[in-house]
Amino acid sequence: MSSTLRRLVTALAFAGCAALACGGLSLSSTPAAAASKTPINIGVVAPFSAIDGASIINAAQLAADDINAHGGIDGRPVKIFTYDDHASSTDGVRAFQRAVNEDHVVALVGVWISEVALAMEPWSGRLKTPFIIVGAASTDIPKHVHDDYKDYKYTFHLWLNSAFLADSVCDSSRDLLVKKFGYKTTVVMSEDAAWTKPLDAEYLNCLPKAGLKVLDHIRFSPDTTDFTPIFNKIEAKHPDVVITGIAHVGLKPTVQWHDQQVPFLMAGISAQASASTFWKQTNGATEGIITETAASRGAAITPKTVPFTDAYTKRFGTTPAYDAYSTDDAFYVLKAAIERVHSTNADKLVDALEKTDYVGTIGHVAFYPPNHPYAHGMKYGKSDITGIMIQWQHGEQVPIWPESVAKAQIIFPSFVKKTASK
Amino acid sequence: MVATQILVDGFVVSALYGLGAIGFTIIFGVSGVLNLAHGGIMVIAAMIAWYVAGTLELGRYGGALAGVAAGVLAAYVTYYLVVRPIKRSRKIAEEEKEIFILTATLLWGIMIQEAIAYFFTSNPINVPPMIGGVANMLGVRTPSNELLIAAVSWLVIFLLWLFVNRTKLGRSVLAAAINPRGLALLGFDLGRIEIVVWGLYGLLAGIAGVLLATFLGASSDDIGDLTGSAFSIVVFGGLGSVPGSLLAAYIIGYFETTTAYLVTPSIREMPALVLLILVLYLRPQGLLGRR
Repeated sequence: MSSTLRRLVTALAFAGCAALACGGLSLSSTPAAAASKTPINIGVVAPFSAIDGASIINAAQLAADDINAHGGIDGRPVKIFTYDDHASSTDGVRAFQRAVNEDHVVALVGVWISEVALAMEPWSGRLKTPFIIVGAASTDIPKHVHDDYKDYKYTFHLWLNSAFLADSVCDSSRDLLVKKFGYKTTVVMSEDAAWTKPLDAEYLNCLPKAGLKVLDHIRFSPDTTDFTPIFNKIEAKHPDVVITGIAHVGLKPTVQWHDQQVPFLMAGISAQASASTFWKQTNGATEGIITETAASRGAAITPKTVPFTDAYTKRFGTTPAYDAYSTDDAFYVLKAAIERVHSTNADKLVDALEKTDYVGTIGHVAFYPPNHPYAHGMKYGKSDITGIMIQWQHGEQVPIWPESVAKAQIIFPSFVKKTASK
Repeated sequence: MVATQILVDGFVVSALYGLGAIGFTIIFGVSGVLNLAHGGIMVIAAMIAWYVAGTLELGRYGGALAGVAAGVLAAYVTYYLVVRPIKRSRKIAEEEKEIFILTATLLWGIMIQEAIAYFFTSNPINVPPMIGGVANMLGVRTPSNELLIAAVSWLVIFLLWLFVNRTKLGRSVLAAAINPRGLALLGFDLGRIEIVVWGLYGLLAGIAGVLLATFLGASSDDIGDLTGSAFSIVVFGGLGSVPGSLLAAYIIGYFETTTAYLVTPSIREMPALVLLILVLYLRPQGLLGRR
């Protein structure tokens, strides 16, 4: 809306200028100087009304303003164009087309839902426009790049894919729950969605290796209204902890877990719990919930993490969700790539992006090479990015893993048993 | 064990369904209006309750009261802005008014949905439970708040019964529901009764919306589902029949709960919808319907 308005104003100003015959004036400035001031247009796609979608838009705005305040990209200002995908694949694809054909963006950043990202991915090749996915987690995103490099090479995945997310949860569960409290058993509970298929497969593979026997594996429909039957079924198995994979849903299972005093810890991935607004939406029922996320307030993963968190919180009144951090990093990765080749040519940008070596808010960002099974996926590992685990403690998101950023031990809500079942 | 679970859980869900559907059936009986913005009014009440209790920090009871008040207000806005102009219009043929109101309230519901998503986002919210803690019901660990929901629902239904049977105003509402034209011939002001009924409707939808959001949460995305479920319960029970709606609410509530526990929560609504289709085939007027 506002971009339309802006274009209208520009057009009117232009028309007015022509009427006043001031064309001569603009001709007098050198073409080179004029070209150097042409903004670099970057598109941002996300579902505006979801917590994790709004945080992509906010972070993009923040990054663009910050880049412009510090001289822009290669001396040119950044201009962002935002598109609401309404969590719909059709809207996502339409946004991609509009961004490239009408708004002439040089690259697209964003997307929270894997289904939307996967629908948009082929269009990065068809429209020859770099596309950096910052929120969706499906392993198919980098897999497509590997399988059909020529057509998919414009896509980059600047967020941990589901398999790595699962590894991160397994590694942290071993350190936090198995070693410290002797936990032995778990039930995996995930929503039925594209991103959780590889997540669950890796959970079932890595949890036993981490020392947690998987007693049951539950996949539920994201439309589920009442989680009581699911919790009852899980409780009958007496697991020490429930490992979650939820993002589309968040509030209902969290509130019912709390209100019904379901007596086990909930750890794993609860994407909505990574934003501070979740506390208010659940009236504090999220107390005790453990989730994997990109970074958090007070977790100084790199020197950039805390300043970004503070700047974001100050401007938007809420802490950033995980994909706000990856969005910020995506803008700077893109900036570095453009400045490396002094061009916005798509193919040159792809080459430059492949050489990414950037310390961002979430760690050291680098992409796997084209021959890797996760081609253009973000590198996972201690020297790159592992993500962190946070727990909601007394209304705050407190980092508890890895040890290098941990600020506290795990706490147990009063209704949760602390010791492992015999 | 599972049987008692179903018994307790089903009772709470059914009580809420009943409360949500009664108002819907009453305005159909009196006003002849199928209000397809019904879910919107429930979610407005829930959102305001959440906002007042949380952001304005006026406490859970303050929030609940504000939510119910917002429900009444939203019902009146729906009546004066959407329904009444169509009813009084001379440009719309009398026999087409019903379909006009149906379409108008449907669109109104979508507008409410978009507005809530704009102001509050489409993320679900949870209204603080009226009471905390859990109680042991027949060996089932049940949040005390859910028991309160069932109790409040039945109290409201009882008060409604008292109002309709024991007060003069209530009796005229009942009479209007049975035969509006006859009442008009007796010299009663149907316009006044409609105003009472829409207020009553807002009250019931508001209470149902707030209670629902303390139990299952609410979001703008739920609006279509809530309208749909009230609609199917009312059609199932017989359009315009309050006892029919209550009976249907319990049948559908228990059917859904049993499916969720014994089959899978993923197909919770499906068997109840199949049952609804069967009823429409075999008894189109619904269980206790008279039209």
